[in-house]
Amino acid sequence: MAIKFQLKDYKADTHPDWCPGCGDFGILNAIQSSLFELELDPNNVTIFSGIGCSGKSNHYLETYGIHTLHGRVLPFATGAKLANPHLAVIVVGGDGDGLGIGAGHFVAAGRRNLDLLYVFYDNEVYGLTKGQAAPTLALGDRPKSLPRPNVQGKVNPLLEAFAAGFTFIARGYAYNIKELKALIQEGYNHPGLAFIDVLQPCPTYNNLHTKEWFGPRVYSLAEDGYDPLIPADLGEEALSQKVGDFVGKATEWGEKIPTGIFWRHLSPTFEERVAAYTPGYPEVAPATRELVPGGKVAELMEEFAL
Amino acid sequence: MNKLTWRVGGAQGSGVDTAANLFARTAAKGGWWVFSRREYYSNIMGRHSYLDVALDDQPLNTFYDQVDLLVAFDDETLPRHLGQVKPGGAVLYDPRFEKIKLAKAGFLDRRIQADLAARLELEDPGIGDVLAAYREEKILTLPYDFETVCDRAGEKLGLEPAKARRAVNTAAVAASLWLLRYPSEALLEVLAERFRNRDVQVLNQAVVNEVYSQDSPPFSQELAPIGSSDGRIYLSGAQSAALGKIAGGLGFQTYYPISPATDESVFLEAHADKSGSVVIQTEDEIAAITMAIGAALTGARSATATSGPGFSLMAEGIGWAGMNETPVVVTVYQRGGPSTGLPTRTEQGDLQFALHAGHGDFPKMVLASADVEACFFDAAQALNWAEEYQLPVIHLIDKYIANSSRTYLPFDQSGLEIRRGEVRPADPERSLAPAPRFVNSESGISPRIPLGTPGGIHWLTGNEHDAYGHVTEDPVVRVERYEKRMRKLDTALERIPIYERYNYWSDPSSAAAAVVVGWGSVKGAVLAAQEELKNFSYLQIRLLWPFSPEIEGILTDKRVIVIEHNYRGQLADLIAQETGIRAHTRILKYNGRPISAGEAKTALSQALGKEPPARLVLYGGV
Repeated sequence: MAIKFQLKDYKADTHPDWCPGCGDFGILNAIQSSLFELELDPNNVTIFSGIGCSGKSNHYLETYGIHTLHGRVLPFATGAKLANPHLAVIVVGGDGDGLGIGAGHFVAAGRRNLDLLYVFYDNEVYGLTKGQAAPTLALGDRPKSLPRPNVQGKVNPLLEAFAAGFTFIARGYAYNIKELKALIQEGYNHPGLAFIDVLQPCPTYNNLHTKEWFGPRVYSLAEDGYDPLIPADLGEEALSQKVGDFVGKATEWGEKIPTGIFWRHLSPTFEERVAAYTPGYPEVAPATRELVPGGKVAELMEEFAL
Repeated sequence: MNKLTWRVGGAQGSGVDTAANLFARTAAKGGWWVFSRREYYSNIMGRHSYLDVALDDQPLNTFYDQVDLLVAFDDETLPRHLGQVKPGGAVLYDPRFEKIKLAKAGFLDRRIQADLAARLELEDPGIGDVLAAYREEKILTLPYDFETVCDRAGEKLGLEPAKARRAVNTAAVAASLWLLRYPSEALLEVLAERFRNRDVQVLNQAVVNEVYSQDSPPFSQELAPIGSSDGRIYLSGAQSAALGKIAGGLGFQTYYPISPATDESVFLEAHADKSGSVVIQTEDEIAAITMAIGAALTGARSATATSGPGFSLMAEGIGWAGMNETPVVVTVYQRGGPSTGLPTRTEQGDLQFALHAGHGDFPKMVLASADVEACFFDAAQALNWAEEYQLPVIHLIDKYIANSSRTYLPFDQSGLEIRRGEVRPADPERSLAPAPRFVNSESGISPRIPLGTPGGIHWLTGNEHDAYGHVTEDPVVRVERYEKRMRKLDTALERIPIYERYNYWSDPSSAAAAVVVGWGSVKGAVLAAQEELKNFSYLQIRLLWPFSPEIEGILTDKRVIVIEHNYRGQLADLIAQETGIRAHTRILKYNGRPISAGEAKTALSQALGKEPPARLVLYGGV
């Protein structure tokens, strides 16, 4: 008989201290609902966060929450997932955390294609430290928190994810919870590394790209007939076409901003690669294997016998 | 005779390591105790490296300044090692080197060239002049044509010189052993074990036989087998540490390649099928430490291995582990610093950094291995302490030990334990109620809750936190949490027995008025000196932090001499900080070369004599 969890089971006792109107509330809502709809046992769910406003998310959910270091959420989560592949692992972090200080780990994660979901809170600023420019803020943009226009260019998170090797690439919007929930669940179920760039208005510091600004601009790729799926046996020419479509949509910005799934394909996950040379993995995993003092050392010592 | 040191020098990539291995194993099979050490450049091919293989009829834990027999694989070896061979010893070299001018000899440093030119009083000296200098020191210079010997052996097998000369290292080892009148059988046995390919074996055998077909080795020293290998093993510090981690139940290791730490991780990776550990090469050291911590949170025994520059990057991660009471072992292979420093040379310059790595105060343990065998037991112990006291343990291993190899009787693993500390059991009801991971306690230790434990939901954060792990800035809770964490170090001192924290060799024949204090790799040389001088006691500190309060009592009212491989005397500073006792003499070495038995003896004699200096710097080694 399956244990039935209730929506409220996933909500922690702590009171979110985000600013009123923050897009983070929408993301939190979508994550909580998704955990419920996926019927995940909170005892087995681990939510890893970086540092920033986004970093507080897991304190508001009643599952294992690991609030890590700025820019380092991916390696923390990777270690946990590899050591115990049976855990449900969800990673959340901000844009500065993920593509500023964390950019190296972002790329490395893509190279591995570990089976986990990364929810990226994209608001173009470093909120908690009072609104400095984040890697997703365009050159010349000047939200009210900046004394002068931004002197650095912006990265494109979707293209970065693609270049690094993420196998599920999506964009959501904090105020379209229905769509965001669906993306979170699809991303969670995707066997491989899933990335969701969530447009998350920051009402306190970002007066350029607000709820009112995004509202009329966002549109659904699925409703537009876009197909993100890359079948395994796709020929080179067709693949090339698909890549072109992807780039076209990933770089679309301004009057029209697409949301939904942009790219989805299957590739051996990191767990599968590790299993190929680690006997018993993942059924026998570092977290749960039985430890015997000495282990197989006696056998290994034979190599050093004279 | 009961002691002999053989040294082989040559360009990296030319088989110097292989030759030393063959010589060491051949002697070891004849019952000799072996201690070998390796010096090499941060370079793949071409620059100078050399190995000493020291033999003794007793277990040997140190090395000597001067060697009995030097074999030069290249011209550069000869000028570099002038003064390193004992009078009465010999040097074997290819006669083709004699015509080479020093200015053209390999990668010989300008400083060495200049020094030699001054010493020889020649403007443009050559290898021939250097050889004459050896002879002036009463050393036999023996030209030996290794290549021609290989050619002759190869010819008899129908092999071309290019192929035959692949056995030139074997020729050098064989020539050395022949010179010492050591029976060839043992070398042939070692070759059969090391080279599985039939053709290679046949060639090597032929070369050995060709060497031994000559009569009358022109050398007065002899080496004979004194027994058998008797079940002994031969391994390096890095291998010993890796095996110790496996013995201690290591489940997860991360690493980023860095000299001289990489060997340990590569060994673990290569043997992952036997060890059961998952080994991951990360994108940088920050990922290495944070990934290891992530794994540790799930209940896996987790570690990483690095050296100074990588360790610098790990400081923030280590702080998170300390704040979150997470077990993790960081093995730091100490090399010359600061910055990129001397990537392949030994030093003990990271003690103070290890003590303070990571801003703020948080509990961590620091231990240092004294020799190759200690690496094994210390590595296993570190994993236990990390879990029992729920903190990062920094395990310091000097490069000198990592790259030294020794014969040992098989390690006695009967006392090995796996102690997991306090762990919250799974709740069969799978309650969704959060659990107080950081609940206060007298010992400071609260049960660990691996991620995914039913009934154990909690939070972990680098922020100050309440018992459930939620962020807090409350001044009252803050103090309670801080004191709880730090209390664990007091608990550790109460529970860890003295003999696991330090070892003391008192010398009853002296008035025990002088105590020499050391840590890490100095132990072998100092104990050898103690055997001869017999006028000091020796304190080797294994657990550097938390610091044993008993040490103050040992040092009070004594003449205190601290010996270590760093510029300031980092252990001496620690002792002063913790006990108020300032060392009378600091014996220091920071030229990247280890302290030999002879060097320790001379320095300690000076430090224990009349008018000892406050600071005595050692310069031995090439």
